[in-house]
Amino acid sequence: MLKAVILIGGPQKGTRFRPLSFEVPKPLFPVAGVPMLQHHIEACAKVPNMKEILLIGFYQPNEELTRFLFTSQQEFKITIRYLQEYAALGTGGGLYHFRDQILSGGPQAFFVMNADVCSEFPLPEMLAFHKEHGDPSSLVILGTTANRKQSLNYGCIVENEETNEVLHYVEKPSTFVSDIINCGIYLFTPDIFQHIAGVFQKNQQDILLEEPANGWHRAAAIRLEQDIFTALAGQGKLYVYKTLSFWSQIKSAGSAIYASRLYLNRYHITHPERLACNQEGGPKISGTVYIHPTANIDPSAVLGPNVSIGTGVTIGAGVRVRESIILHGATLQDHCCVLNCIVGWDSTIGKWARVEGTPSDPNPNDPYAKIDSETLFRDSKLTPSITILGCNVTIPSEVIILNSIVLPHKDLNRSFKNQIIL
Amino acid sequence: MKALILVGGYGTRLRPLTLSVPKPLVEFCNKPTLLHQVEALVQAGVDHVVLAVSYMSDVLEKEMRIQEQRLGIRISLSHEKEPLGTAGPLALARDLLCDDNEPFFVLNSDVICDFPFQEMLQFHRNHGNQGTIVVTRVEEPSKYGVVVFEAEGGRIQRFVEKPQVFVSNKINAGMYIFNPSMLQRIQLRPTSIEKEIFPVMAEEGQLYAMELQGFWMDIGQPKDFLTGMCMYLQSLRQHAPDRLCTGPGFLGNVLVDPSARIGENCSIGPNVTLGAGVVVEDGVRVRRCTVLKGARLRSHSWLDSCIVGWNSSVGQWVRMENVTVLGEDVIVNDELYLNGANVLPHKSITDSVAEPRIIM
Ligand SMILES: Nc1nc2c(ncn2[C@@H]2O[C@H](COP(=O)(O)OP(=O)(O)OP(=O)(O)O)[C@@H](O)[C@H]2O)c(=O)[nH]1
Ligand SMILES: Nc1nc2c(ncn2[C@@H]2O[C@H](COP(=O)(O)OP(=O)(O)OP(=O)(O)O)[C@@H](O)[C@H]2O)c(=O)[nH]1
Ligand SMILES: [Mg+2]
Ligand SMILES: [Mg+2]
Repeated sequence: MLKAVILIGGPQKGTRFRPLSFEVPKPLFPVAGVPMLQHHIEACAKVPNMKEILLIGFYQPNEELTRFLFTSQQEFKITIRYLQEYAALGTGGGLYHFRDQILSGGPQAFFVMNADVCSEFPLPEMLAFHKEHGDPSSLVILGTTANRKQSLNYGCIVENEETNEVLHYVEKPSTFVSDIINCGIYLFTPDIFQHIAGVFQKNQQDILLEEPANGWHRAAAIRLEQDIFTALAGQGKLYVYKTLSFWSQIKSAGSAIYASRLYLNRYHITHPERLACNQEGGPKISGTVYIHPTANIDPSAVLGPNVSIGTGVTIGAGVRVRESIILHGATLQDHCCVLNCIVGWDSTIGKWARVEGTPSDPNPNDPYAKIDSETLFRDSKLTPSITILGCNVTIPSEVIILNSIVLPHKDLNRSFKNQIIL
Repeated sequence: MKALILVGGYGTRLRPLTLSVPKPLVEFCNKPTLLHQVEALVQAGVDHVVLAVSYMSDVLEKEMRIQEQRLGIRISLSHEKEPLGTAGPLALARDLLCDDNEPFFVLNSDVICDFPFQEMLQFHRNHGNQGTIVVTRVEEPSKYGVVVFEAEGGRIQRFVEKPQVFVSNKINAGMYIFNPSMLQRIQLRPTSIEKEIFPVMAEEGQLYAMELQGFWMDIGQPKDFLTGMCMYLQSLRQHAPDRLCTGPGFLGNVLVDPSARIGENCSIGPNVTLGAGVVVEDGVRVRRCTVLKGARLRSHSWLDSCIVGWNSSVGQWVRMENVTVLGEDVIVNDELYLNGANVLPHKSITDSVAEPRIIM
């Protein structure tokens, strides 16, 4: 029997995803029309013998999460539970804290995955790889190839090319170590807990030696990457399964648009029913587009490629949308043009307005290039990025909003370029 | 009566339009700039127009032969071997201007207004001296050379270049009337009438200023061309409102050539001129623009303060603003944004221009 754990983090994480993460926990942000996490869950639910999916994080229980758990369990016919950490325990600490829950029922192995990745999730391939590499208790990391420069932003893996054993692991090195990077998707056996236990015990002893602050001992976070993988490398315990299939992190809002594109393209195989097609009386579709059935779209609008339209969205006559995510309840009035944007919940864009961002897509000529999740500022200037409208923003008719981030509930009255509008 | 129009400059500031068509033939409100002046001159009784040109232009020559026929007047071209400035051309055309003893008009070809030629003649005859220049009021005199003259009678006292202290808010409007005797002051060499001739005439009490009523604009550069268009259309609204379009889809003053075609759900105006054969597709929004002959605005495009050159095409969902000027036969691909772009003729634009610049 198998299980899967998804690390969903908490409200203090995902700051690069603001202002969108103010409204919805980042793991529930829609990518290619469905919550980011649903792609993980669908992949897990397809694996034979998968008994349970556990979400571990430090969000307070909230309505969105509860509703998502409820509908996903029904849709995918599998138990999904949320386990809340009392504090951010780190990518390994949460797992360890809930080890009894994970091990109950006696799974031989379980997947662990970061919520903020987009992937084809080659889970069956990882299981097959596991059988053929190392002993039954060994651990598998999903790896992919990055270019030399970008590899420094990830966990880097040096392997034995014959056995695929991980010989060396280093998280975000400052100089080049290897172009094989950690995808944040693992196949573990219960053995992992012995390794985490070692680190846990050592942390406990260190804490006892410290003066308690305000009468409390801090919770020592345990990081899978730095604390566990680095130690296990070269011990004959850790293996890397390298995939050629698509993979990306989803750190910034810009990467959500890129991830949407990857998933929408994949829908041709996995979910053709989710892709809009050109139909009598419907809008003109160019490339891959997801439209929620409740959206109301004028037939003279032109959508795509890479557009996702949420529930209850209204799109007027002669509207153009490309490379964008339109969140539920938004209204795009006649003739407006929306390019490389995320349009927040219940926002309104006026007639003939142009709302445009600059994509930060990976270099298309480098097969190993990944998307850069840049920080907002470079040389104290806002780096041109996709345009994001927070929820309930109003853009008047005929203005242009270029490379800007508009915080929620703003009524703009003029054009803006390269600005954060508080 | 005669008139000399200075049309010799290269019109560099009105590029890229003047790379395809000589400046006097660029249509301003659907009529070549020069014809606005020539027709008004004919109305005032002028029957011989001398065009002072410093470059050879077959197009100009051919067009003038047509206009001679149409208007029943004589139009001569006076060619300079080298540019003679704003006064030298008068010396070159001396024989043409002097064959009777009547006063003659001299015009700078870039100005647009309700031409006051009758009043000029009247005013000139009344004071009886060598020259009259028309002056117009400006808001920021410190940017120009101003004319200081007696409120009573209009005798000019002096000219002050870019005054730092207020002395006058009247500037030379580029329209003059002279007695033939004035030509003795000018030699056949490059000379500036404003800097070298007028100050002397003023000193001798021979130069008078007549104040212009109504609008005036020097349309020698794109920004002013558009401002001048707004003024001209407003004057049409007062004097010939029938020539403007009204009805659903039109806002404010809009001038449309009868051969232009406009699609559905457009919003046009205020202050728009659409030339002959222009096609505006569905759902287009245009304001404060001149669209020249044969150009096409594709559906859902949005234009503000632009000049669209002859036979150019603006793609769907394109946004153009901030004095973007497209030369002749430019193609702007769909969905682009042009902010203050100056695009040379026969160019195809495939990338947005976020900040003002020239596209070679
Ligand atoms: N449950 C839980 N999840 C966590 C915690 N910290 C991170 N995560 C999740 O684990 C995944 C990886 O997070 P990080 O290690 O912070 O991110 P990263 O991929 O290393 O990238 P950086 O943010 O650049 O460090 C994300 O899905 C987080 O939401 C934690 O303390 N508890
Ligand atoms: N015949 C003649 N006319 C001239 C000459 N220089 C300028 N002009 C005319 O004088 C008027 C005022 O000149 P400017 O405002 O400098 O205009 P321009 O030289 O045509 O255009 P720019 O190249 O933009 O300066 C215009 O009507 C010109 O055509 C010249 O050397 N000879
Ligand atoms: Mg990390
Ligand atoms: Mg000049």
